Amino acid sequence: MFYREAGQFRTSYAQDSQILPLRQDRVGMAVLLMAAALVPFVANAYWLSAILIPWLILSLVALGQNILMGYAGQLSLGSAGFMAVGAFACYNFILRVPGIPFIVAVILSGICAALVGIAFGLPSLRIRGLYLAVATLASQFFIVWSLDKFAWFKNYDPAGVITAQKIMILGHDFASPREKYWVVLVIVLVLTLLAKNMARGSVGRGWMAVRDMDVAAEVTGLSLLRTKLQAFAISSFYCGVGGALFAFAYLQTVEPSAFTIELSFRILFMVIIGGLGTIMGSFLGAGFILLMPIFLNVFFHTVFGKSVDASIASALEQIIFGVMIITFLIYEPLGLARLWQLTKERLRLWPFRH
Amino acid sequence: MNISTVLQSSPLQSNVLQSSQRAFPIGAPILELESISLRFGGVKALTDISFNVLEHEVRAIIGPNGAGKSSMLNVINGVYVPQEGTISLRGERLAGMTPTAAANLGISRTFQNIALFKGMSVLANIMAGRALRAHATFLEVALQLPRARREETESREAAEEIIEFLEIEHIRKTPVSRLPYGLQKRVELGRALAAEPKILLLDEPMAGMNIEEKQDMCRFILDVNDHYGTTMVLIEHDMGVVMDISDRVVVLDYGKKIGDGTPDEVRANQDVIDAYLGVAH
Amino acid sequence: MFDISFFIEVLVGGLLSGIMYSLVALGFVLIYKASSVFNFAQGSMVFFAVLTFVGVMEKGLPFWAALPVAVGVMVLVGMATERFVLRPLVSQSEDTLLMATIGLSFVIEGVAQLVWGVDVRNLDLGIRDEPIGWVLDSTGMLISQLDITAGIVASVMVASLALLFSRTKVGRGLRAVADDHTAALSIGIPLKQIWMLVWATAGVVALVAGMLWGARSGVQFALVWVALKALPVLIIGGFTSVPGVIVAGLLVGASEKIVEVYIGPKFGGGVEVWFPYVLAVLFLLVRPEGLFGERIIRRV
Repeated sequence: MFYREAGQFRTSYAQDSQILPLRQDRVGMAVLLMAAALVPFVANAYWLSAILIPWLILSLVALGQNILMGYAGQLSLGSAGFMAVGAFACYNFILRVPGIPFIVAVILSGICAALVGIAFGLPSLRIRGLYLAVATLASQFFIVWSLDKFAWFKNYDPAGVITAQKIMILGHDFASPREKYWVVLVIVLVLTLLAKNMARGSVGRGWMAVRDMDVAAEVTGLSLLRTKLQAFAISSFYCGVGGALFAFAYLQTVEPSAFTIELSFRILFMVIIGGLGTIMGSFLGAGFILLMPIFLNVFFHTVFGKSVDASIASALEQIIFGVMIITFLIYEPLGLARLWQLTKERLRLWPFRH
Repeated sequence: MNISTVLQSSPLQSNVLQSSQRAFPIGAPILELESISLRFGGVKALTDISFNVLEHEVRAIIGPNGAGKSSMLNVINGVYVPQEGTISLRGERLAGMTPTAAANLGISRTFQNIALFKGMSVLANIMAGRALRAHATFLEVALQLPRARREETESREAAEEIIEFLEIEHIRKTPVSRLPYGLQKRVELGRALAAEPKILLLDEPMAGMNIEEKQDMCRFILDVNDHYGTTMVLIEHDMGVVMDISDRVVVLDYGKKIGDGTPDEVRANQDVIDAYLGVAH
Repeated sequence: MFDISFFIEVLVGGLLSGIMYSLVALGFVLIYKASSVFNFAQGSMVFFAVLTFVGVMEKGLPFWAALPVAVGVMVLVGMATERFVLRPLVSQSEDTLLMATIGLSFVIEGVAQLVWGVDVRNLDLGIRDEPIGWVLDSTGMLISQLDITAGIVASVMVASLALLFSRTKVGRGLRAVADDHTAALSIGIPLKQIWMLVWATAGVVALVAGMLWGARSGVQFALVWVALKALPVLIIGGFTSVPGVIVAGLLVGASEKIVEVYIGPKFGGGVEVWFPYVLAVLFLLVRPEGLFGERIIRRV
């Protein structure tokens, strides 16, 4: 009975196509945003650095992956490679362009990743499905190898592991976990809003048209070339920005070995479990994958009274993720996001059944 | 009962406007196909087909199964490229045709096996039909700049007009995959209309429909022709429908043209009668 | 001066790896031919097969008893996959099935780790892995008995599978099943038996491939990534073609080794990690159906 729409009229098309047409949703979102902004005052440094920051960053990357796979239907296993491009580009921009603002460096890094994305996305014009997945594998392996072997990217540093520079915005060094969190939060929120706008507008419709029936999409006048490459470019931009943040706000190092094929698979799982073709799904999926190890630990503590062995924990994680993917694909291909939507619809009718 | 009687029967009630009543009188040839030949490996789908389509008319393409009707439509719209022959639009010979080029030239179409975007709602599908009019760049859409917002509202208005016209307001937000077959075909018509085409190609728009659905679809087709002046080229199997609503008919058999004229002329054509009766040739 | 014998050694080494890639790729082809599904989990299955074999031997079972046990386990895995993963998704898109098999690969890897742990194991097949003396002396090439055995075994398996598909009734039945399950059922092809046979064969292939690789490089998780190399082989050869897979495997194995040895040092090595994939992409752009695959025509 809280979630009633009665009395809320939408009197223009613009109103009808708002992101949050229901007042209750708007209130809920406002509360959520306030909570997100204020959480550093209640959470300890561990929660910020090890959970919340990576969650936001990986949600952003998952968002990029979702744009490419969920909305545009292009199977991709190379997200970590584009993250690596972003991370190394950011490092190099800050290194070689003295005084460059951090935000500008991040945006430029995203653009670099986008350009690489377009190049490796060209095969998508002739191939699809598994073939495209293998092409993206090629991009993953080749990019990481190049960044590792061509010493220029690492500024000829013999150490092999580079420390990320400081995050300087308007002269202030955002060094503490709290400050890093706010930087990441703002960037992720802004980019999520942009993605949401694109997904709901003509851009998103173009992507989904190409995903669902590309011959019919062509008949409506869409250029498959432009649409697919645009999806690759925007998706890689998001992955690149995510990669830069991953290196600068989370790991504090810039190294190719952080961006492995295993990470690409994790991102894939986030998107599938979270919900393909949804914005919220990226956040839900990332949260799920990140929190699972913690959940397992807590579970083992409460049920068995002792810590779980690391290798057993990781094996269980693998099994759970794999089983969840298969289960979701069979029963609810739209993932956690759809489950959330169904819950909301139930709430709208509550306490009635239908 | 002979075949002419069958061809004559028209159980459907529809309003066929007399030529004097037309809002858009039939005009000059808008589309001309000359000597089109299409082969798939060794299979000859179309052999030396020539016919024209006059502006504002309703042109039917009929023929037994496998005659090459869908292939003909696919050639007009650029999905298949003929090995020989030319397509001319308003007298201007076209170098080659692709689906995107066809869309830009104002040619739109529906498909025999529904080609709707299954992951989207009815409204989104119809709005997607207006892809050519979305000039705002992705950045403008992302930032919701004025041009993007304006185009979105215009798209919505245009789509709503079509939704009202096709009487599908009640399902506008439903995902198309949940709709029954007949409604899906109607939505596909809506999507094709959203592009405001000059020429509309309809591939068996009434396949699999019952009598009432066919009546509705006929009404919509004629209304589109009357209201918007869209030239219609349709493939159809139901003889009654064809004879009733079309101005002129092309008959194909085994990839060749065996008849071309008004419904009456075609009805009396012995070759056509033979083709349908299955006389060996 | 160009050292021809060194080149030949590299080439032979590459061809030997190549035939093993072909063997792994064959597992993919088998499943694909029978169910039109690309089983991304094949690599994990190779790993799981040989791990089970070695693990069971560690528990005391002799070599010849462990073999059928391992094969049996793989058949069970296959049947479970068919029943719980493939059947519920039978009408879904190719992409969905692919993602499901990716999930499956994770499940299998997780179970492998859970049951058998993470230690690297050695697999002693009783065949020596040191360079054969007279070969070294006469040609200067480093080739071991194990290499040769691996090459022979793999070639024999590949050849017999090729024959199975093209010449026998069973092979034809398999192709019918892959094309259209319902039609195959309607002409009396025993679906269940065919699938059991397919999964058993794929299991045997996976086990043999795993054993050969494991004997050379130890039974460890990295085996899964080696198996992933079979993907470029499939693409270059064409998914449905057994001869294609053979040729492509040899091509990939030889070319990656040659490029790694001759061009790799200029960049600090590691070229073979990505080279087969890039090669596959180039092939895709020029000839999407692979060397021997069938052209896919999409009808509208």
